[in-house]
Amino acid sequence: MTERATLKIWRGLDVKAGRWEVHDVPFEPGQSVLDGLRWIRVNRDPTLAIRFSCINANACKECMIELDGKTVYACTARLEPREMTLTPLSNKNLVRDLVTEIAPPAERFTQS
Amino acid sequence: MPLEPMRAETDVLVIGSGAAGMYAAIEAARAGCSVLLADRSLIGRGGATVMAQMTVAVALGSQTPDHWSHHYQDTLTAGRGLCNEPLARLLCEDGPDCIREMEEWGIGWARKDGRIVQAMAPGHDRPRCVYVDFLNTGPAVSKTLRTAVNKTSGIRKAGDLCVVDLLRKNNEIVGAAALHLGSGAPVVLSAKATIIATGGLTRLYRRNSASANMGGDGYALALRAGASLVDMEFVQFFPIGHLAPRLIGMDPIMWDPFRYKLGGRLLNNRMEEFTQNYGVAEDGKYIITRDVGSYAIQKEVEAGRGSPHGGVYLSFQHVPEADLRAAFGPVIDRLAANGIDLTKMPIEVAPIAHYHMGGIAADVEMQSDSPGLFAAGEAVGGANGANRLSGNAITEALVFGRRAGRSAAAYAKRMNAMPDKADNTRAALELISASSNRDLNTADMVQTLQAAMQDDVGALRNEAGLRRALDQIDRLTQEFGELPPGDGKGFDMRRIDWFDLRNMLLVARVVAQAALARTETRGAQQREDYPQLSPDWEFNQFAGMHDGRVVLSKASTPARAAAS
Repeated sequence: MTERATLKIWRGLDVKAGRWEVHDVPFEPGQSVLDGLRWIRVNRDPTLAIRFSCINANACKECMIELDGKTVYACTARLEPREMTLTPLSNKNLVRDLVTEIAPPAERFTQS
Repeated sequence: MPLEPMRAETDVLVIGSGAAGMYAAIEAARAGCSVLLADRSLIGRGGATVMAQMTVAVALGSQTPDHWSHHYQDTLTAGRGLCNEPLARLLCEDGPDCIREMEEWGIGWARKDGRIVQAMAPGHDRPRCVYVDFLNTGPAVSKTLRTAVNKTSGIRKAGDLCVVDLLRKNNEIVGAAALHLGSGAPVVLSAKATIIATGGLTRLYRRNSASANMGGDGYALALRAGASLVDMEFVQFFPIGHLAPRLIGMDPIMWDPFRYKLGGRLLNNRMEEFTQNYGVAEDGKYIITRDVGSYAIQKEVEAGRGSPHGGVYLSFQHVPEADLRAAFGPVIDRLAANGIDLTKMPIEVAPIAHYHMGGIAADVEMQSDSPGLFAAGEAVGGANGANRLSGNAITEALVFGRRAGRSAAAYAKRMNAMPDKADNTRAALELISASSNRDLNTADMVQTLQAAMQDDVGALRNEAGLRRALDQIDRLTQEFGELPPGDGKGFDMRRIDWFDLRNMLLVARVVAQAALARTETRGAQQREDYPQLSPDWEFNQFAGMHDGRVVLSKASTPARAAAS
């Protein structure tokens, strides 16, 4: 039983100069938003930037994004058969697309 | 002309911040060295440690009398004659000490009547595995070590650093060149000693139980820098990875702890138990080892007795709901949120890539055969032979991490000054700064590689399949080209994929070649065309790079003789 979600995704390198991209994503009920983003990378556009590590377990806590304006983990938010708006965390510095700088300052590389 | 790189200097560089890397960093800093702890992901969040669900094997004897020598015997038996015995002994002998230190750091191992609980796990002669409830062992290990790292002075942390190549001065390792993921800039890390703690290679497979950054990068770094790898054909498949229904927010190896505590029944699509037909009658208990379990499940599927999604069933329907709740409390609610009621339905499970027995060849000081290069944790090959005993992975991460930190610190202290400039800095920086306009779908290439490895270099192997996989690896390597795609700014995904693929393709080739060369079945190497264990193959295989090619060699003496 395949359903379809419409993912409206903010993309860009500069908060002030972004663009929206819309992808129609097939899914089986139960699949996650991260499953949908990974599907887009393989099947539509490998340049889409998303930070994740554990994929599925909600262990790494790296895949935080905003879904319809609310902070979620992309790996536990489920795909739904509707338009879903995905944006980077608005309270963190943007890196690219859905990726933000979420590491604590003491865990970022600095020159010595 | 490469971009001007960012630079850092340190006594000890640790690549990878799972349990092994963090323990190594703490130990090297305690010895008085400056440490840079770098990770491809965020510190202490990626990798395998955080994914561990339950068991940590250690001869504490807190409930049942035990001694490290019993744990050692079980480890050697599981390893099917190929364990590097000094490494296996170190794992078992130093395990209790590290587990107690973790307790002092506040991990909170599960206790009953004041004593640390030790659970029974397949392959052990007595209850030996400590854990943190509920399915929280890995996150607790990571958190405890992160806190300990933060309390140790002398450790700098740097996440989002993708190490591209080790730096060499003659044959000595003097640091690493990296891509800073956040900015896209190249980085030169100069170090007196370098520890690879990057974990295993399970990302090479379509079905796996690990993080996205487990593409075998440490093996590739070591190989390209001139170090040897050992036992690369032995990839452990975890027999009962979750397959269906779709389950999110949980790790796919979660059924292991369920089986430890509750037994459970493995069933084919006739709803009949089948493991007795493969020599292991379970009778509701969890006793089947990982290699036999994976084999039995794949054979049932091949015979047309598999479940709808291509695995078998695992059932806890005979377990009263009160017992399920007592054993796994909050996890039962998380399952319910996924529409899974274990009292009413079985779930589907199948073998998934879980752990790598092979890795960087190292001695008991964790020194590789390249001076200045050390390894720790799963990145080290040999301790577990042809098949790892359940519960040994976290123990090995802690023990080998601590030892690597100590050895690397001693090595660094013997050097009075920072090493001279490396021979290959310029080449590495040029690669990191290069860009091509080719329209590569790197995400699809990763998936294609994973499919080839799963189908043909998986839990069951034969010559035709292994040759098919090597052909696919050749094709992908050709498509891959010489230069990374992308714009070179921050988090350029195709560029990151490309540097990952550079490692993955090399390591996949080593695994497939080693599996093809070993014409026998032993532990995790299951050859359909050579179904018997052969006494002629009681040897370890080493892999090295010569003139850009992977070259395999058999150890000159059998494993047991080599170790004695």
